[in-house]
Formats: sequence, C-alpha cells, structure tokens
Amino acid sequence: MISTLSTTRIRAVVGKEIRDYRRNRFIATTMAIMPILFMIAPIVTIFSLPADVASQKLDAAIGVSVLYLTLIPALVPAVVASYTIVGEREQGTLEPVLTTPLTREELLLGKALAAFLPTLVISYAMYGIFLACAGLFAHPNVSDDIFQAGRILAQVLFTPLLAAWSIWAGIAISTRASDVRVAQQLSTLVSLPPLAVTALMGFGVITPSLRLALILGLALLAIDVAAGRFVAKLFDRERLLTGVKA
Amino acid sequence: MNTQSSAGPALVVDRLTKRFGERTAFSEVSFAVDYGEVFGFLGPNGAGKTTTVRTLGTLIAPSSGTASVAGLPLNAANGVAIRGRIAVMPESPGLYLRLSVAENLTYFAGLYDLADRRERIARALKAVGLEHRADDLCRSLSKGLKQRVGLARALLSDPQVLFLDEPTSGLDPVAAREVHELIDGLRRRGVTIFLTTHRLAEAERLCDRVGIMNTTLRTIGRPDELRDRLFAKSIEVRTREPLADPDRVLAGLPGCEGWRRNEDGAYVLSVTDPDAAAPAAARAVLAAGADLLALTPTRHSLEDVYLQMIDTDVEAEQR
Repeated sequence: MISTLSTTRIRAVVGKEIRDYRRNRFIATTMAIMPILFMIAPIVTIFSLPADVASQKLDAAIGVSVLYLTLIPALVPAVVASYTIVGEREQGTLEPVLTTPLTREELLLGKALAAFLPTLVISYAMYGIFLACAGLFAHPNVSDDIFQAGRILAQVLFTPLLAAWSIWAGIAISTRASDVRVAQQLSTLVSLPPLAVTALMGFGVITPSLRLALILGLALLAIDVAAGRFVAKLFDRERLLTGVKA
Repeated sequence: MNTQSSAGPALVVDRLTKRFGERTAFSEVSFAVDYGEVFGFLGPNGAGKTTTVRTLGTLIAPSSGTASVAGLPLNAANGVAIRGRIAVMPESPGLYLRLSVAENLTYFAGLYDLADRRERIARALKAVGLEHRADDLCRSLSKGLKQRVGLARALLSDPQVLFLDEPTSGLDPVAAREVHELIDGLRRRGVTIFLTTHRLAEAERLCDRVGIMNTTLRTIGRPDELRDRLFAKSIEVRTREPLADPDRVLAGLPGCEGWRRNEDGAYVLSVTDPDAAAPAAARAVLAAGADLLALTPTRHSLEDVYLQMIDTDVEAEQR
C-alpha cells in the first residue's frame, strides 16, 4: 500500500487544505486564538509564583501550566480534523475529489498532514515562548523546575503524538458524522483522554524519566498508527456518497 | 487527448446491477459506447442514472454484472487507473468556494499528477472561455460560471471518457445554451461524452445515441431511430370543412395504412412512405372537392419517445 502512495497527490491535498484553512474564518480564528488562550494561564502562573514557593506547590503549579500547553496539540487539530471529510461532504466537494485517481490513503494522509504541520509549528512556538518567558522573567527556582530535562522531553515527545491522536480521532468522527458541529464537539471530547499521561507526569504522580517517556511515547505512537489504519478502514467511498454501506 | 489504451468501445456494460439492500438502483443494464460518441442517458428521477455514473466512475461497486471503462475492466484493483482515464462532472460542480478558479484547477491537476499543469490549466480555461477569470474566487461566480469551472476541471486530464451528470441542471436558458455550445465543441474535438440529462431537447440536439433508463435500460438507439421504432410515420391533413366521406377519400391511398381524426379535427394518416403518400393524399382531398389547408408530415420528438417509454412503465406499475 505504502509503495503506491503518490507524494504529488498528497502534497496537492496538503497545499489545498492549508490554503483553505487560511481562508476559513472559523478555522483560522480557532488556530490563532486557542493557543494564545492556553498560553495565558501558564505565563500568569509562573510570574505569580514567589521565589520561596514550596517544592510540592511548585510542582503542582508547573504541572497545571504544562497541562494547559499540552491542550494546544490536543485541541487545535481536533477542530480542524473534524472538518476534513464532513466539511467536504457539506460543500459538495467530496465527490469530485473521489472521482480523481487519489486513493483514500493519500487523501487521509494529506488531510492529516495538513492539520499536523501547523499544529506542530503552533504548539512548539507556544512552548518556546513559555520557556523563553520562564527563562527570562521567572524566579530561578521556578525556571529550574520548568527547565527539567524530563519535562521538556515529555513536552517535545508528546506534542506530535497527542496531535496525531487528535487528528485521527477527528478524521474518524468526520467520516461518520453528518454535521460539522457534531463532529467538532465529539472530536474535542475524544482528543482529551491521552492528556491523562502528560497530566500524571506534569503533576508528578509519575516521575518523568527518559525510559518512561520513551515507553509511553512508543505506546502512543502504536496507538496513532493503529488509529490511522482504523480510519482508512472507516473511509468507505460508497457510504460517504450514498449514505449506504457497501 | 488522452491516448486510447486499447481498441474497442470506450464503455462496455454487461448486465450491470446495483442494489442497496432491498432497493434496486439499476438492474441488468447493458450497452456499449464508442470512442468519440456522445451518449445520452435519460430517465426520470430515481431511475438509477447517477448511480450508474458513480458505478462506472468506480465510486460505487456493482452488485453484479461486468463493465469495462476506457479499456479497463471495472473492478477495485483498476479503480485508480480507471479514474486516471476518465473525468466525472457531478450535478453540482463542487468547487472550493474560498479558492480561486486557478487554485481549484491547480489542486485537481495535482490530484491527476499532471506534468504540464500551467499549460493544461490555461488550455482548460480557454476551452470554457474563462481565461480572464482565473484569479476570481469561486464564491463570486454565477451558477453558470461555476458549471463552466467544473467543466474546465473535468477537461484538465484530457479524459478518454467524460461523464457529465446533469450539466445544465438549475441553469437559466442562456447559461444552459453556453454549456451546450461547450459540449458541442468537445464533441467536435472527438471527446467521448456520457451525458446524463433530464432535458430531452438537449439530448436530442447533442447526442449521437441515447439510452432511456428506468431502473432497467428501456431502450437505446439514435433519437430518429427510436422515433421510427416507436411511432408509425404519419402525415397530417387539414381541411377547411370535414370530409363528407373520409374513408372513401383516404383509405386505399398508396403507402397509407390507415387514418384517424385527431382532437383538432385534422386527419392523421399512418403511412409507410410519406413521400409517396403526401402527393396522393393532396390529390384525393382536392378531387373530393375539399379545401386543403395544410398537409404536413408529423414529427415525433425525443420527448414523445421518452414519455411513451416512461408512461408504459407507469401503466405497468399501476396494473
């Protein structure tokens, strides 16, 4: 299957999707505003923490801040991905696309990448800004906690994995939903469970370590790959066009 | 034009059937369409026309029967190859309204993996007369112009077979005429067109052959051939006053098989050879002392053929 994928066709889908997102006021606003909202609470938190804050309280505060930041890769693509298939159906653009040589794997991969790439850029940019603010303006004991290697590794590692999960879940819902709003609400809900892992690390319930991060990362990766395959199976041209399963 | 991959017809459909559970969309449909032919596919709503197009376009799997499209057997393994050789313009053009005309076409050129995209896009836009609207957002276009963009998109890949599903649906007469002229132009260029339409005058004007569909394929042939097959040739004789003894005057005329009087009071003669019967009928009427007002061969339209076929189905359902 992989050998038959056309990179030209996938690139065409990615290019069109990103161009379309930029001109879709709802999606553009969501992608711009949501990350900024999730940045405000962590930055306020690190500035409001006093220099002599107790280490347990510090861990909890930083945990909440990190959780806010991991909401960005989980929630931003969920909104976008939920629109991918049902949005095309509502616009009447799905049938013309399906009549081209584009395969379902190419279509889904293109749509997923188009949601994944901007999410990655936005999420890392927001995290970068958070780290810069912490390094420049927070008290040294606060910034030392934020700059722990385990925390940074977890954030860097889980950002793409969480985004991938949200995207596949969103696309899966989008292939089955008959209404964009329902798809968006369901996708937002389904994108949240994997946050539990990062939340446990952030709150210090699980002690972050390289080994644990790698194990959990691999587990999430396996889930993402399985989710991608599951979505490909869900994508049934006949049902999408006629409403009746083949 | 996309190189034809093999000799033989562009479309061969043999006893093709599609069922959705208990409901039969179309059943035991068989026909062939030659390369360069414009084939009209007519039928009432729900007759299975769009489902047939979707099936031949590899969007829907048939329940039974076989077909070959642009030289390739219709099956899941050939889906990508078949879709590379054909183009389908659905009833609604389905354009990305936030993108410009050129951006829409660029996207589809990418989906067809076309090498010389700029040239092809320019050619397709020229073919539909939209070369000066390339940068316009699709949402700013009228319905007729959107339909033209849809047609340009379908022409991008130089398809061997072009499926047009109700291309003039919802268009005003001027926009519909523009689409007709475009289809006429494609026909002159030798493009094989499978045209699904409700507009019988459109089919009569544009199509070499038509098939009338109502779940099953009811009839197929050239429009004039169908008229001859379904309706006896006739001539209409109109006189100032009714003939005193029409049977004596009209029966036994050369080439005349019988006559009847229609609701307008004219005499309709069923004839085998209108050219022989018309002068004989004129002479006989004048010899009978009647004033002959008009003598015209009766022409049946494709609409008459269509209504005859569909009415027969309705009557059969009611029995």
